[in-house]
Amino acid sequence: MMKASSGFFRSISIAMAALAASTLLTGCERPPIDTVQHGFRGTGMVQVYNPRILVPETYKNVVPDALPAVPSDGPRAKDVYKNVQVLGDVSTAEFTRLMVAISQWVAPKEQCAYCHAPGEDFSSDSMYTKVVARRMIQMTQAINSRWTAHVSQTGVTCYTCHRGNANPEEVWFRSPQHPQATRALGNDAGQNKASPNVGLSSLPYDALRDYLSSNPKEIRANGATALPTGNRASIKQAEFTYSLMMHMSDGLGVNCTYCHNTQNFAKWEGAPPQRVTAWHGIRMARDINATYIEPLTSAFPTARLGPVGDVAKVNCATCHQGAYKPLYGVSMLRDYPQLGRVTGATGATGQAAAAKPGMLGRVLFDTGRSDLSAAAKAEIDKAVKAAMADASVKIALSGFTDRTGNPQANLDLARNRAVAVRDALTAAGVPAARIDMRKPEFVVGGADANSRRVDLVAAR
Amino acid sequence: MAMLSFERKYRVRGGTLVGGDLFDFWIGPFYVGFFGVTTMFFSILGTALILWGASQGPTWNLWQINIAPPDLKYGLGLAPLLEGGLWQLITVCAIGAFGSWALREVEICRKLGMGYHVPFAFSFAIGAYVTLVVVRPVLLGAWGHGFPYGIFSHLDWVSNVGYQYLHFHYNPAHMIAVSFFFTCTFALSLHGALVLSATNPPKGEAVKTPEHEDTFFRDTIGYSIGTLGIHRLGLFLALAAVFWSAVCIVISGPFWTRGWPEWWGWWLNLPIWS
Repeated sequence: MMKASSGFFRSISIAMAALAASTLLTGCERPPIDTVQHGFRGTGMVQVYNPRILVPETYKNVVPDALPAVPSDGPRAKDVYKNVQVLGDVSTAEFTRLMVAISQWVAPKEQCAYCHAPGEDFSSDSMYTKVVARRMIQMTQAINSRWTAHVSQTGVTCYTCHRGNANPEEVWFRSPQHPQATRALGNDAGQNKASPNVGLSSLPYDALRDYLSSNPKEIRANGATALPTGNRASIKQAEFTYSLMMHMSDGLGVNCTYCHNTQNFAKWEGAPPQRVTAWHGIRMARDINATYIEPLTSAFPTARLGPVGDVAKVNCATCHQGAYKPLYGVSMLRDYPQLGRVTGATGATGQAAAAKPGMLGRVLFDTGRSDLSAAAKAEIDKAVKAAMADASVKIALSGFTDRTGNPQANLDLARNRAVAVRDALTAAGVPAARIDMRKPEFVVGGADANSRRVDLVAAR
Repeated sequence: MAMLSFERKYRVRGGTLVGGDLFDFWIGPFYVGFFGVTTMFFSILGTALILWGASQGPTWNLWQINIAPPDLKYGLGLAPLLEGGLWQLITVCAIGAFGSWALREVEICRKLGMGYHVPFAFSFAIGAYVTLVVVRPVLLGAWGHGFPYGIFSHLDWVSNVGYQYLHFHYNPAHMIAVSFFFTCTFALSLHGALVLSATNPPKGEAVKTPEHEDTFFRDTIGYSIGTLGIHRLGLFLALAAVFWSAVCIVISGPFWTRGWPEWWGWWLNLPIWS
């Protein structure tokens, strides 16, 4: 009896020790730790990485070898093949090379047969995968040509998201509505589920729905004034915003200080430049989902759709996959420039530098200069007249710059230009209280005369 | 300054840890001692360095003066004076001054023939400070992980370091520390209210005894820890709060690099329900 019970206690204590040890191991990391300073010394703006956790990540982000280059001259694809809708302008050699590359990136097992039904002509659109793939090529071209504010010259290719999988690993679907969502009591607003979507926190797990698809909600929850002046957002809205931020942190493998000085989350001054890139990234994800992905819903078989019948959509993790830059910033686009320009009609809505509503004037500058030309002064006079005619009009000023050269110098230049315009406005008699200086913005696309500008916009 | 009733006993010779009789004297009401001298040395030098650092900075605004630690690139080496070296010297002075003060308290305890409760308690505060500016930076490999010396700047540091781990309220040691802090203030408020009530009776009534105080809490919550016990409890709660505060920051980074909410994965993965 004694023996049996001591054996029992021994096995219990071994089990307890094993449990405690595994808890300690899963609940603990150890030095040495890698840290990356991300702000002025002593601000605590630091990225913290465990190098032992990063090792498997580096394997995930190895770029496959580029296929050997081929001549870009010779007959065009559209003249040789039938039903080439998006890559018709490239040479047949480049076209074939790109098709081989895409099959390796997206369907390494099925290869061509993933999109082209065996026995049918290559021009056939009978498989939905081909219809989707065509639209995805258009999307990739649009991202690379119209969203350089986010993807820069690094760009994206199919591999950025697919990584050898037919369906990218990191996608999101809408969640079914909570059964109590329309009732007075019991609506948990998607909270307290410890979902991996929000890093196991109690925050709402279905926030991307509000921010990364068509008709997005305002992300900023705090008001622009110290006292309440009509901002109805409360803690609930703030928690949805935090959910999106948790997703971004998780998707990029960074902490909050990668984009924010948390002393003041909303303030752009003192925030790292990555926040500007991220701002454009959010808009890019929305554009991708609304323009390219969601309209494809009916093309997909039901089995590929989510629990509420929605298509798999992109979020930050779709490309980033836990890395601060997808594939650690290696450009695959350089080897496949056909994906970098729009080679056919896309129907995409890019951001053109068109005049905005309420525009009072546009002041253009010479490269690297912030002094006002005669034409610039005429534009300012126009805005002064408009402002004088209506005392309720405020003039919002924002300097623009492109992404060539040193970003900090560009931002300084954009600010100096806005200051030059402001000084001209006050000199012409516009009260300083009616001039609203906005933060400098980056133009989307290449550098031209339009990118060296200050816009004067009516604001109330 | 008037002589207090216990001053005769306090002004006894001996009990020094270092220096024998050399510094065993008083200036006015203040005991000097070897550690009084070192306290003065470190605190005057450290304060002077802070003032000099402020004079080299952009502002004399008391809230915004900032003596920041070095860039991380200096690792555990010395940094140029105006790029964090000053912070390093001031840190040495601060630890020297705090440690000296604690040891001076020890000498006074020895003179009074009392226990070491006061230096023991103060050493927890010193320990928390040393954890922040020495232990954790060493574990992370750079002095730049210390907090900056400035009223606003150190608050910004606290905020940003918290957000390095996405949601610091999920840090288990932070949870324990916060609970101890709140319990400590709660216990102090109960104790303070009890003492004030007992010693301020209505006009014409006698001051209440500890027996009365015990009865009050036995009636209301079924238990009274007693007049001595409440002070032991208060000391424990206060020191536990400080101890777990030090734990919660030293594990953030050296022993956990991800968001604190994620740490609770082990709980979610317990075989009981997963």
